[in-house]
Amino acid sequence: MTTMVLAEGDKFVAPGVADFFLPDIVPGVTKPMVLLVLSIVIIGAFFLAASRNMKLIPGKFQFAAESVYDFGRNNIAREQIGAKDFKPFIPLILTIFCFVLVNNLFGLIPLVQFPTMSHIGFPLAVSLLVVYPVYHFVGFKRHGFVGYLKHQTVPPGAPWFVLPLLIPIEFFQKFILNPLTLAIRVFAAMFAGHLLLLVFTLAGEFLLLNGGLTVIVAPVSFAFALALTFLEALIMCLQAYIFALLSASYIGMALAEEH
Amino acid sequence: MSALQIAQTAFNGNINPGLAAIGYGLAAIGPGIGVGLIFSSVISGTARQPEARGVLLGLAWTTFAIVEVLALIGFVVYFIATAGA
Repeated sequence: MTTMVLAEGDKFVAPGVADFFLPDIVPGVTKPMVLLVLSIVIIGAFFLAASRNMKLIPGKFQFAAESVYDFGRNNIAREQIGAKDFKPFIPLILTIFCFVLVNNLFGLIPLVQFPTMSHIGFPLAVSLLVVYPVYHFVGFKRHGFVGYLKHQTVPPGAPWFVLPLLIPIEFFQKFILNPLTLAIRVFAAMFAGHLLLLVFTLAGEFLLLNGGLTVIVAPVSFAFALALTFLEALIMCLQAYIFALLSASYIGMALAEEH
Repeated sequence: MSALQIAQTAFNGNINPGLAAIGYGLAAIGPGIGVGLIFSSVISGTARQPEARGVLLGLAWTTFAIVEVLALIGFVVYFIATAGA
């Protein structure tokens, strides 16, 4: 009957969507907006400081920046776009990767502790206003208008009688669904992760303050919150990687000769 | 108080959040199986050909992202379904 005992006292209110809408810092300026600007300052300062005094034998700082660059260049851009025409896209892919990564990691940094990407507007803007126009633009430029539409919607080797079914599906996926899923993926992962941390931390606090006898399980809740923080750190890096990887893969698919 | 009465007091007429939670649980089965299959293939592929690990993992993360989004869309739908409650 522990649940009944708990229900009689102060009731535990599970955290929900409302916890993501913090009060404005200045009217009209919210925390995610400030964090967004902060992330750009951090990334800019990091790369400027690392590239200002470059040496042939890199120091620790330069090595860190070069590793990030190398990861974005070789592991994401070159793998997905292909060795022939990946060069012009390196800055874009690297910027997207760093941007999403830093904004995600804000969820773990003490005092900041809010992943910017847990508001759908931010990843949606990156995918809809940056990635989507870029990959369709380079596709149209490479294959021509009709050629690109055919390239994207008609899979080679498909028998003619399935084409009426296949073309609308492919069109829907390539032109409508892709930018949405790209944004929803990172948004939902950040939202879910942050909510999960909130649930365990708030439950631990609640059990500690007015749990009665159940106070003994409060440390378990905090331990879970700690373990999930590490899982969250992994997922944050993973989502940034996947966001950049899929952006590069869309560009690569748009540029591919014949798939 | 009988169990039925407790249930009746707990039930305040809106079962949408509960249904949405069950629905999300069901929706997560498919992606769960999918992600499991992807990484089991990577493991057995790596066991057969350890030098192909990098290529396999790159492919795996892309496919993982495609499968994973189904579960995440389900999660978003859960919040849409419970929004009015």
